[in-house]
Amino acid sequence: MNHDYQRDISGCGLTGVISKKKRMIGGDVIVRSLCLMNDRGNGLGAGFAAYGIYPEFRDFYALHIMYDDESSQRTCEEYIRNEYHVEKAEDIPTRPVKTIAISPRVVRYFVKPLRERMEGGIGEDDFVVRTVMRINSEIEGAYIFSSGKNMGAFKGVGTPSEIAEFFRIEEYEGYIWTGHTRFPTNTPGWWGGAHPFTLLDWSIVHNGEISSYGINKRYLEMYGYKLTLLTDTEVAAYLLDLLIRRHGLDIPTACTVLASPFWKDVDYMDEEEKEAITLLRLTYGSALLNGPFAILFGHSKGLVGLNDRIKLRPLVAATKDDMVFIASEEAAIREICKEPDRVWAPRAGEPVIVALED
Amino acid sequence: MYTIDAKGMYYRDLNRLVREAISKGEKDLLLKNVNGQYYIGDGIRAKDVRITIEGVPGNDLAAFMDGPTIIVKGNAQDNIGNTMNSGKIVVEGHAGDVLGYGMRGGKLHILGDVGYRVGIHMKGYRRQVPVIIAGGRAGDFLGEYMAGGVLILLGLDANGKPIAGDYIGTGMHGGVIFIRGDVDVRRCGAEVGVMEPDENDRKLLKTYLEEYCKDFGLNLDEVMAKEFKKLVPVSLRPYGNLYAY
Repeated sequence: MNHDYQRDISGCGLTGVISKKKRMIGGDVIVRSLCLMNDRGNGLGAGFAAYGIYPEFRDFYALHIMYDDESSQRTCEEYIRNEYHVEKAEDIPTRPVKTIAISPRVVRYFVKPLRERMEGGIGEDDFVVRTVMRINSEIEGAYIFSSGKNMGAFKGVGTPSEIAEFFRIEEYEGYIWTGHTRFPTNTPGWWGGAHPFTLLDWSIVHNGEISSYGINKRYLEMYGYKLTLLTDTEVAAYLLDLLIRRHGLDIPTACTVLASPFWKDVDYMDEEEKEAITLLRLTYGSALLNGPFAILFGHSKGLVGLNDRIKLRPLVAATKDDMVFIASEEAAIREICKEPDRVWAPRAGEPVIVALED
Repeated sequence: MYTIDAKGMYYRDLNRLVREAISKGEKDLLLKNVNGQYYIGDGIRAKDVRITIEGVPGNDLAAFMDGPTIIVKGNAQDNIGNTMNSGKIVVEGHAGDVLGYGMRGGKLHILGDVGYRVGIHMKGYRRQVPVIIAGGRAGDFLGEYMAGGVLILLGLDANGKPIAGDYIGTGMHGGVIFIRGDVDVRRCGAEVGVMEPDENDRKLLKTYLEEYCKDFGLNLDEVMAKEFKKLVPVSLRPYGNLYAY
């Protein structure tokens, strides 16, 4: 047996940055932060989400779609043109990367639902969610991996620097960025399985494994969500959409659902809090995320970092003026912000919630 | 002093340079512009070597280390001193999770807060007594599965917040934890007994804290002025009969 081998023991890595004043941050910044944690991943997935990148199309849903082949593209485009006004359709700009041998076609569409297709008083957001679920589950080889307004996800199989080069990330400017490098442990490393996972303007990057996936999946299916991307993190994106957009929970409450206090701690709470948390746990027991996780979720109004309840994955936060940084490692923050005003490790289950200033 | 500028350097290159310098007889190393490089000081066996780190060293600092002293002039990350045998690490800032995992000797002094699972499965035997001292607050699972050694938590700037988190000493079956301030028994593992330190304990504490205070320029009398609680396992082999029937 050969013992002379080198192996890096890794987990996923994530990083995010937000300017509360909506100052634009170049894509090169998040790329530098993520590349510092290159060795946390193993080259089987990396990606970025950015907010504020399509100001000229801010009123249109930006659909990013990956296609296995020409026929999936034809079928999908026919479907989209039937349901939407397409303001613009174009290939997502990419550049060839030597080490990325195979990649899907990546195309983006700036669209608005056609009024006459919106039967039964369905809202635009619900209409788009229905489209995402339908295309991802019914059109072979076509996957919508981004569907929000004035935001976009870029992801694929490769290291952070490869995916950044492929999607020309440094050419975008946004006021919120998240990034992820993947070390898939129990699901396939494929283009659709890279992070971020998104729905409308929710985007999520995750380090860990959601062992409640089966329960969460069945729960989401009751509300019409279809889990098609073969990766546990997908449930978190759809749970945010369900809890916050459709059920109207505020962000702190949604975080309490995802990482509820343990019953033994509920016992110590005062009566009012005890009653509220008990109700939440009983109502949303199937939305609880179990297992180790550190997640970052971005949305059009802010950025949130959240850990599982016993902190089985790392998460560090820092502030500098109107900027907030959250990452798996402090070094990833210091790579893009040498002297933060404050650096701290968020407690287990206690979200770091950052909102844009009005 | 032998200086290495680690700016933008890959961790393997940096650690190779450190090893080469030590094998050539360098005793005093300064690593400048460190940011996130993993595995610094790992497995190095040398008694009188000193490595000073400017910047934030990456995870797994000083794993399996046997002898050297590492001074971190700022914050450090996760997994420091895994299975470390001897030597010393001084962190002049805060540090992350899982510090001193299976540590079997040497000292880990941290000025600020520490994360979750600090001192997990530390062990000791006769003269091998690993010591971890943290000046700030700690996350949950302090001293989880602890089998030996000494863990001291000071909570110097706690401002009334709880010093230690939940599940203190869960699975603890050896060693001792000292916490400067009150301990909520509901937050301790079932195996843990909370008691007042006796005269011998206070002597021991003073010895350890004297060195700690010297490292950071703190006032020993002020640190010792507050009451400590002593946490020890109340059952030596709680699962001794687990497979007996």
